[in-house]
Amino acid sequence: MNQNQENTIKKFSFNARFWKFSTLSVLCLMLFLVDLAWGSISISMKEILNVFFGNRGSEINTEILLNFRLPKAITAILAGASLSVAGLLMQTLFRNSLADPYLLGISSGASLGVALMMMASTILPISLVCSGWSLIVSAIVGASVVLLLVVAVSFKVNNAVSLLIVGLMFGTIAGSLVGVLQIFSTPDTVKLFVMWTFGSLSAVTWKYMQVLLPVVLFGLGLAFYLQKKLDGLLLGENYARGLGISIVNTRFFIVLATGVLAGGVTAFTGPIAFVGVAIPHIARGLFRTAIHKILLPACVLLGATLLLLCDIITQIPTYTLPINTISALFGAPIIIWIVLKRR
Amino acid sequence: MSILTTHQLSIGYSKNRKTVPVQTSLDLELKAGELVCLIGPNGSGKSTLLRTMGGLQQSIAGLVSIDGQDIASFTHLERAMQIALVLTERVEVENATVYQIVALGRHPHNNWWGSMDEDSDGLVRKALKMVHLEHKIDSPLNELSDGERQRAMIAKALAQDTPIILLDEPTAHLDLPNRVEIMLLLHKLAHETQKSILLSTHELDLALQAADRIWLMSVDQGVVCGVPEDLVFNGSFNRAFQSKAFVFNAANGNFSMNYPMSKSVSVFGDKTRMYWTLRALARAGFSVEQDAGVIIEVTEKDWRMQAESYQSIEDLLAALNLKY
Repeated sequence: MNQNQENTIKKFSFNARFWKFSTLSVLCLMLFLVDLAWGSISISMKEILNVFFGNRGSEINTEILLNFRLPKAITAILAGASLSVAGLLMQTLFRNSLADPYLLGISSGASLGVALMMMASTILPISLVCSGWSLIVSAIVGASVVLLLVVAVSFKVNNAVSLLIVGLMFGTIAGSLVGVLQIFSTPDTVKLFVMWTFGSLSAVTWKYMQVLLPVVLFGLGLAFYLQKKLDGLLLGENYARGLGISIVNTRFFIVLATGVLAGGVTAFTGPIAFVGVAIPHIARGLFRTAIHKILLPACVLLGATLLLLCDIITQIPTYTLPINTISALFGAPIIIWIVLKRR
Repeated sequence: MSILTTHQLSIGYSKNRKTVPVQTSLDLELKAGELVCLIGPNGSGKSTLLRTMGGLQQSIAGLVSIDGQDIASFTHLERAMQIALVLTERVEVENATVYQIVALGRHPHNNWWGSMDEDSDGLVRKALKMVHLEHKIDSPLNELSDGERQRAMIAKALAQDTPIILLDEPTAHLDLPNRVEIMLLLHKLAHETQKSILLSTHELDLALQAADRIWLMSVDQGVVCGVPEDLVFNGSFNRAFQSKAFVFNAANGNFSMNYPMSKSVSVFGDKTRMYWTLRALARAGFSVEQDAGVIIEVTEKDWRMQAESYQSIEDLLAALNLKY
């Protein structure tokens, strides 16, 4: 192959990548607008643009748009991006294409935190429990505690697969404790808790957004900072060490980034399953690469797109479906496909 | 000039909070421009020594130094600038091309973003050319054969551009042509690029032919170093691989099996055909003696025994078995 041909091929693959990224961005933007327009009350594109450019439309539509649909759509983007990137980090860390944040027990930890808080509602003053903030704080605390345990074990256990199993066990323990707590709960508390586990993007108001946005940006920034080390980890831990990568440090930062991204989002929206497993796979297949400086932005865009799409589907007329069920309908077949492909 | 030396090095692993030493008090040196083969029976600690030298595990006592500097004092990055590793673990990366994998070898040298400047790109391409894999540069790693995959990992180590390369059984799982090719390649690399290359292997005959120096490891007698032929002459091989079932044959550098031999014949004749005839006779349980009752003459065309002519070894053995 001569130099010219090589250059042509390089240019072609760069161009192909550029077009894929552009198409995804446009698709994401379009779905964002559709998500704003679509719902029990449909708002026209003209009205949306009017509101954005400062010309007030009807009072009620402006209210719905700015204080309900806009934060919800932004949450969809943040949650999709966070869960996908967290999934990618876990898959690279464990070199297992089925690994995802849920395997580390993060969402179970969050559930345990929330369940404990709801149990406490029988003792604590009702005003505190119903503030919403307590829900969020307890979920973050629960997720972080499980995560810290996993991190602590990661210093002891030198082997990624063992760590994965330990994570699974922590998740199982947290899940069982939740089950035990539910037995001792009042029916109202159980209902409240079950609603939370269904997950909802509309729980994030502007006030919560002030917390969610910086948390997600921090997590994504950390993931991008790690991109080169993540590439090295693809070869396995021993090869990565041979390339001068400190495994203990890198593993700690990967777990931290995952915890912040997955734990933070889970706290605000409830567990949203399967996005973390499915999106990194789609990204790898679409861009035909394993290099993280391409996969990370691809996961951000694809995750945001998928969750916007899921959110649009949940808004079918008259009923609002839990987003967790829709994301599972997308994600679960992809997992089956992965397993079948591996024989 | 010796680049990598060990001083009173003890290696081993820890199990249930106890350290189990595998080898103790090793004083070894690896010189520039030499291919050194580390051979020894299973369990003698070949992998442990390579992993300790490569910084993947800690020594029990003593130190490993590069140009007089203790490698324990190196940062991860400094060590990666000195030592490149090729390990036994199989590398499976979905959707990565050969170029991308080999380019990972440039990681210790390039910036945070991992951008490949012209020099890095050139080194990667040169490494791929050296291992004869330039035609697979854009192929996915999963589509390579085992031999090609091993060559890709060697190319990664070359792209890392270190004075020392350590390889743990680089020829395992490969067929004979691939084994020979990789040994030749490593020999050539050591001589052409003045790198120190240390590899562990079970391929005794290949190691004897390709290695400039052999580190012969045995379970209880430590490591004996030397030029392969010297180790053959002084009987080190036989001591390292002591067994009743076979014996190291200094005449051809192979292991010969010790067959139980109860019957004897005497043989003379054509040299080339004689070698194979003796092998067949040994396997059938005949020892060769000067004045045995049965005399076999090996000619260029056939075998003669008591005025009868036999056209194949099979016929000869059948006739012999009838006699006894």
